[in-house]
Amino acid sequence: MRIFDPHIHMTSRTTDDYERMAAAGVRALVEPAFWLGQPRTNAGSFTDYFDALIGWEPFRAAQFGIRHHCAIGLNPKEANDPRCREVLGLLPRYLARDGVVAVGELGYDSMTPDEDEVFAAQLALAVAHELPALVHTPHRDKQRGTLRTLDVVKESGIDPAYVVVDHLNEVTVGSVAGSGCWMGFSIYPGTKMSPDRMVALLREYGPERMLVNSAADWGRSDPLLTLATGHAMLAAGFTEDDVDRVLWRNPVDFYGQSGRLDLSGTHEQAADFAGNTLARGGS
Amino acid sequence: MTGGQLADVLEGRVADPGWLADAVDRVARDPDAVATLFPAAGRRCGRGPLPGPDSQPGNAGWTVDDAARVLLLTALPLHGPELAAQVDALYRHGGADEKRAVLRALPLLDLGAAGVEILHDALRTNDTRLVAAAVGPCARQLGDAMWRQAVLKCVFMDIPLTAVADLDRRADGELGRMLADLAAERHAAGRSLPEDAGVLLALIGDLPGRGDPADRQDQRDGKAR
Repeated sequence: MRIFDPHIHMTSRTTDDYERMAAAGVRALVEPAFWLGQPRTNAGSFTDYFDALIGWEPFRAAQFGIRHHCAIGLNPKEANDPRCREVLGLLPRYLARDGVVAVGELGYDSMTPDEDEVFAAQLALAVAHELPALVHTPHRDKQRGTLRTLDVVKESGIDPAYVVVDHLNEVTVGSVAGSGCWMGFSIYPGTKMSPDRMVALLREYGPERMLVNSAADWGRSDPLLTLATGHAMLAAGFTEDDVDRVLWRNPVDFYGQSGRLDLSGTHEQAADFAGNTLARGGS
Repeated sequence: MTGGQLADVLEGRVADPGWLADAVDRVARDPDAVATLFPAAGRRCGRGPLPGPDSQPGNAGWTVDDAARVLLLTALPLHGPELAAQVDALYRHGGADEKRAVLRALPLLDLGAAGVEILHDALRTNDTRLVAAAVGPCARQLGDAMWRQAVLKCVFMDIPLTAVADLDRRADGELGRMLADLAAERHAAGRSLPEDAGVLLALIGDLPGRGDPADRQDQRDGKAR
């Protein structure tokens, strides 16, 4: 089983996780920029973080034959802090970089006017840079937040085929299915979605435009729940080809729209990093 | 809690009462001294729980160091922008305990817009100590849209709703709608609301004027009143 995790926060995971993921069949992933748990208070904290998503993490991943790509954006929670707003002006520089295959994670947290403004501005950046957009749906007031998200996407003029609306569940999937946007599901213990519930949704809605991710981060989460979902699909009678479509070809199709997805040499040994022959993946 | 109540409730509970009296005195004479006295209050005064007045659920969960730090803040001989700058710096550079004490002190300090900024910052965190303090009496400065988000955040974070001040007065039809949507989501996932949130939802269902359009407009605007 080959797996492309379309949404995982490796910054918050250990190198052991990369090793376990590679052993489980994960060959590629996308790490969207997100909130780190401790609120940032200035733009410099963001640029160091973005640089890590483009530099250090792909290097760490490559040591296990995993292709690491990222999405860059200002998350909605920190969009509410005026000290972080400067980040918006820095984004075009990053959205031009190799390895950046989307703008994200965008969307709503508390649905404030600041969030409206930053969300719309970043969808415009996605259009300008011909990049897909990874849009998450809020934890709180999710149904209302999902509908409002779809309204903003529509108003932005971005092609819905360039948008994934993530962290969906039984209550919110229907509205996204009819919008033309891709549907993202985070198989995340407790709060979001489970493998068995995911299988039921795949039965109901089919595999088209469906993306399954672990969204593993600093919370209680598991980077191998993509694999568990693949197994649950097979156990429920889906074919190997169905599983490959959902766990590999769909994310390749979605992020491939960026024209920057590089899946070559996923099994090659890591190259030296910036001339440094010391591979620090295990230390 | 008011300044007078603070001194009363601390009586006999402070590890080093001489240190606290001296610290309050020093801050009153030299406000910049608060920068080092404020963080030290936990070490010198202790961190045990204070008995809260049961009649005011928003005061639940105060500790000795909370009250000692609030006393220090109320002793600052500053006003307006100078007071706001001093308190803001203590919050920005403080750990969670110090941030929480600033939140507790907000109803006693006139910080204007700076106080609202601090509240918003606390509500952006995922630290239960800060979120619980931010929905206390200081939340009176929050606009209704942000206040409802804060209550819902408590439900998500398993913070008992007894931490929420003015819940009986402020709970409205829009909060009920948000809780009902969450209950539906949880139901779809085979889960349920925490018991206190379920009780709140049932109580709101009995309110007259549920789902008032003015409330929905306020929610869209996200504006503070």
